[in-house]
Amino acid sequence: MILKKIALSSALILGASLSSISGVAADKIRIATEGAWAPFNFIDSAGKPQGFDVDIAWALCEKMQAKCEIVTQDWDGLIPGLKVRKFDAIIASMSITEERLKVVDFTNKYYSGGLRFLGKTKDAFDTNNLKGKVIGAQRSTIAAQYLEDNFADTAKLKFYDTQDNVYLDLQAGRLDIVLSDELPTYNWLKSSGNGDKFSFKGEAFKKDDNIGIAVRKGDKLKEKFNTALAEILADGTYQEINAKYFPFSIY
Amino acid sequence: MDFSVVIEYFPKLLEGAWVSVQLIFLSVLLGGIFALPIALARTSKNPFVNGLPFLYIFFFRGTPLLVQIFLVYYGASQFEVVRESVFWPILREPFWCAIIAFTLNTSAYTAEIFRGAIQAIPVGEVEACKTLGMTKVQMYRRILLPRAFGIVLPAYGNEIILMLKGSALASTITILDLTGMARTIIARTYTPIEIFLTAGVIYLAISMLVIAIFKQIEKRQNSYLGPIGSIKVPDKG
Repeated sequence: MILKKIALSSALILGASLSSISGVAADKIRIATEGAWAPFNFIDSAGKPQGFDVDIAWALCEKMQAKCEIVTQDWDGLIPGLKVRKFDAIIASMSITEERLKVVDFTNKYYSGGLRFLGKTKDAFDTNNLKGKVIGAQRSTIAAQYLEDNFADTAKLKFYDTQDNVYLDLQAGRLDIVLSDELPTYNWLKSSGNGDKFSFKGEAFKKDDNIGIAVRKGDKLKEKFNTALAEILADGTYQEINAKYFPFSIY
Repeated sequence: MDFSVVIEYFPKLLEGAWVSVQLIFLSVLLGGIFALPIALARTSKNPFVNGLPFLYIFFFRGTPLLVQIFLVYYGASQFEVVRESVFWPILREPFWCAIIAFTLNTSAYTAEIFRGAIQAIPVGEVEACKTLGMTKVQMYRRILLPRAFGIVLPAYGNEIILMLKGSALASTITILDLTGMARTIIARTYTPIEIFLTAGVIYLAISMLVIAIFKQIEKRQNSYLGPIGSIKVPDKG
């Protein structure tokens, strides 16, 4: 008898919670970020995603008057996750590339970056000739792709799951030189206490690297994001967020 | 589903599979060699002898393999002392770091399997050895270890297959094993389903090979037990 009651009530609770989950999921926009790309997206000490991407995401949601939820997902699972509807948009400093445009749609850019080499301050490099060098980058990034396209035959390439691990192996001396986006590396040099031991090598290139919000192909969310993006650029919200992280405009 | 990418990248995946096979072969071989003394020490009744192996097994069975790999690869390299030591040329290479982590891990599991097998030998057989006047070394060499080897085979084959699957974690420290290669291909093609499916099939094929090899060894080693499932009735004298 008691057992029956327990079974019945737990079934009721389960049913209620299931229906509430599906009810919420319908009108909530789920935005994914990586959480390992400071200062654009990172996890704070309370376990919450923070950073430029996250601030932009909340600002856009406010303008769209939408309920949002920000979830974190490993970098190379972001596009696969979007495709299978684990979330509805990716705001994770993702560059708009031809390859990615084949599988997802992108909004207009919300900032632009560039690639730049990083190495030990005492080492000199000719960044056009890196023959025999060990070069590191995060897997599935435009930096990794650039290395594969240009140095696959002459240098030894190593790819990592996160940018943090790239820095760790540079410090450990397993890497001679690193290629990554200039802005996060700028932040790392400033905030990690490694600013004197490591420095940029050569000038930034691929400055036309536009960062956009990825959505599923044909999703109307794209236009909504674009409208909201234009609004936060016009009313100064964007500039405020920008100033929080960089003393210069990154748009 | 677009299976043209599978055809295009299949040679690359096989390249990765070869690295996986090397990782497993070396770590299982080394792990097996280390496991034997650990298991023998573990079966000792002297707490000074069995204490250390107990802790060793407790640590490596009780922590995730991923944590162990990261400790060896990223952890050790944080120390200047390690980077300047004679071991650095080895610890520098992700391949050897993976071998070290896998060997430590699998030797702990294998030692437990060996210990179980040694203790599973019927007391009567041990007593028979003693009655015949064998020394301890003779007893282990002639009877206990060969017997334990036969008992150990099914569980040990299982451990190798677990190791095969665990070896996918090598991809987290930049090794282009089967999983690492698959992930690198997917980074370019964005076809996770096709490539991971293919990688899965290759893993299955390697497992099948391991199972087949073990079946053969088991057949030879345990042939005195007769065909599996048969019950021996002693002849009437």
